[in-house]
Amino acid sequence: MPDSGARIAAARPLSSWVGQLLLYGLFALGIGVFSQWPRYRHLGTDEALIKVSFTHTGKPVSDCVSLSAAELARLPPNMRAPTKCPRERSPVTVAVDIDGVNVLTRSASPSGLSKDGASAVYQRLVVPAREQRVTVRLSDDVRARDAAYRRETTVSLSPGQVLVIDFDAEKGGITFR
Amino acid sequence: MRGSAAFRQYGLSGWRAVERRFDTAFGSGRNPLRHLGAIGFLAFWLLAISGVVLYVMLDTSVVGAYRSIDGLAGHPLGRLLRGVHRYAADTLVIAMGLHLLREWLFGHERGFRHFSWLTGVPLIGFVFVSAIGGFWLNWDQLGQYSAIATAEWLDALPLIGAPLARNFLVADAVNDRLIALFMFVHVGMPLLLLFGLWFHVQRITRAAVLPPRSLVIGVTAVLAALALAVPVTSHAPAELSSVPPLLRLDWILLFLHPLTEATSPGFVWAVVGGGALALFAFPFLPQLARAPVAVVDAANCNGCRRCFADCPYAAIAMVPHPNQRIGRFLAQVDGDLCAGCGICAGACPSSTPFRSTSELVTGIDLPQLTVGELRRRLQDALATSEAARPLVVFGCDHGARCAAASGVDVSAFSLLCAGQLPPSFVEYALRDGAAGVLVAACRDGGCEFRLGDSVTAERLRGSREPRLRVGVATERLELVAAGPGDESALNAALSRLRQRVQSMPMLTDPHRRLHRA
Repeated sequence: MPDSGARIAAARPLSSWVGQLLLYGLFALGIGVFSQWPRYRHLGTDEALIKVSFTHTGKPVSDCVSLSAAELARLPPNMRAPTKCPRERSPVTVAVDIDGVNVLTRSASPSGLSKDGASAVYQRLVVPAREQRVTVRLSDDVRARDAAYRRETTVSLSPGQVLVIDFDAEKGGITFR
Repeated sequence: MRGSAAFRQYGLSGWRAVERRFDTAFGSGRNPLRHLGAIGFLAFWLLAISGVVLYVMLDTSVVGAYRSIDGLAGHPLGRLLRGVHRYAADTLVIAMGLHLLREWLFGHERGFRHFSWLTGVPLIGFVFVSAIGGFWLNWDQLGQYSAIATAEWLDALPLIGAPLARNFLVADAVNDRLIALFMFVHVGMPLLLLFGLWFHVQRITRAAVLPPRSLVIGVTAVLAALALAVPVTSHAPAELSSVPPLLRLDWILLFLHPLTEATSPGFVWAVVGGGALALFAFPFLPQLARAPVAVVDAANCNGCRRCFADCPYAAIAMVPHPNQRIGRFLAQVDGDLCAGCGICAGACPSSTPFRSTSELVTGIDLPQLTVGELRRRLQDALATSEAARPLVVFGCDHGARCAAASGVDVSAFSLLCAGQLPPSFVEYALRDGAAGVLVAACRDGGCEFRLGDSVTAERLRGSREPRLRVGVATERLELVAAGPGDESALNAALSRLRQRVQSMPMLTDPHRRLHRA
């Protein structure tokens, strides 16, 4: 039974081998090129990066209140704690100024369904690579008017350098790393 | 909807044009564009094999991970291993993307194929998660950039309390356990992918988990040559106190990172989430009514299992025959899986037109074009043909248009699929007055129902049941591979057949027309 059309595979002409070679070559070229080119620079040559990041649990949103004897008596015996404290925590607000100019103000809500967890912030700031005055203020209590923590320092950032602004209560609050 | 249909139509025309160009170089049966899923499988196997060896060599500590992978650059075998691993991942993504595009252009997300489509969509995610995770394992500057970019992207979701990116703030935060976690992601995801692939091919029979041998050799050789010519090398070790400078980014695997930086994490989440939702929604969009499915006639089914073996979509099961005779089976069609292609009818031994019943009823048939109806039309066409040497063309609704077969001596019959043709119809046509028969199937590997072209060729060549009988004059038969748009190939084959039979005497079958009821 004669077979015809595109099914014929035997005795392929030279042009088909050249075509295959060309297509395989294009395939290799495509992968070879786009697996490493064009080169990618995600920060300018004269830029540095400041990462503002912390997890911190804010202060309770209100003061604890003492219960009167009558109020305690109305409670079941196992729940008669003399003071009642709110579970909800204050949002934590951070503000960063560079050379006196505010570049970030961020308020992070406490996590958890009852808003009793830690507040978390992660923010990247791309800044020029040079010496600059960095001021960080952090508030963690809605009852207080002023920021609870403040730190100001002069840093000299080289191109591509990463400065991490974190919060560690054990190390006195705001840290620069 | 109308715009989408037009876009798909234009896209399909363009795709077919490219496919035909590739046919010229590779031959239709070995055309890589017709084996994209199988090439994806090949890339996966190459990744698995090279990955196992790399895993053996990998030191899963922060310092050791970089050293052990970077050390591969010192040996040709190491360069080959690492290069093949990376370039196979690139190949997998490219093959997967083209496979998705092709199936969509051909409308293969709909109807009975929706299961394969829906199970294929999550595989895209598995591939990218695994591929991106592979860069972190090396823990060089590119791995550092990718890990931080991924963490920042994930942090855009309001689901995670503490930002993941905090894990990469300072060098102290990265320890051996984090590298072990990377390993878990990079190895766990391919296992999920393998499991997903098993689901993906569940509803097709004889699923190709490797392309034809020539493509296996060609693709593997290209990747190996590329691995040696353009070795994959590490950047400098990760250093979290600085931003990596110029990166040799793999744009095929890591393009989401620059896209996120150029736009925003929210935008990329919208693109990824919206894309996934759209892909999942495609099968449920309004569509044309499904073709009627195959119907089994218990009285004419002898339980031979040929339809069961030939069905491309595993839509047929064999169940005990209701006549209660021990050892007898009956074909049973699952309507949800049936493509309505008729390949089963072509496989049924009861489909022979030589049966003397006035009403030809076969064991399994398609209501829209029964074997009995095909015999009746063939009889009528040959009885009314005034040509001295009539020619019969059996074609396919999804291939070259039969109506384009030119000549007053031609009687053309377009079937649901060429595989619907029982080979005995060829002999029947020749004994009933046809001087020659042309069977037009789609190009190799181009069958709308996967196997129609191959089973037709195998049956007519006598290598598959039901076979064309040995005594049939095969010089009067021409088989042509003519897919959509190949009408010129169809007519060329027809001309050759016409020329050939001109010099042949007409058959003088003493039983001619006697088999008619």
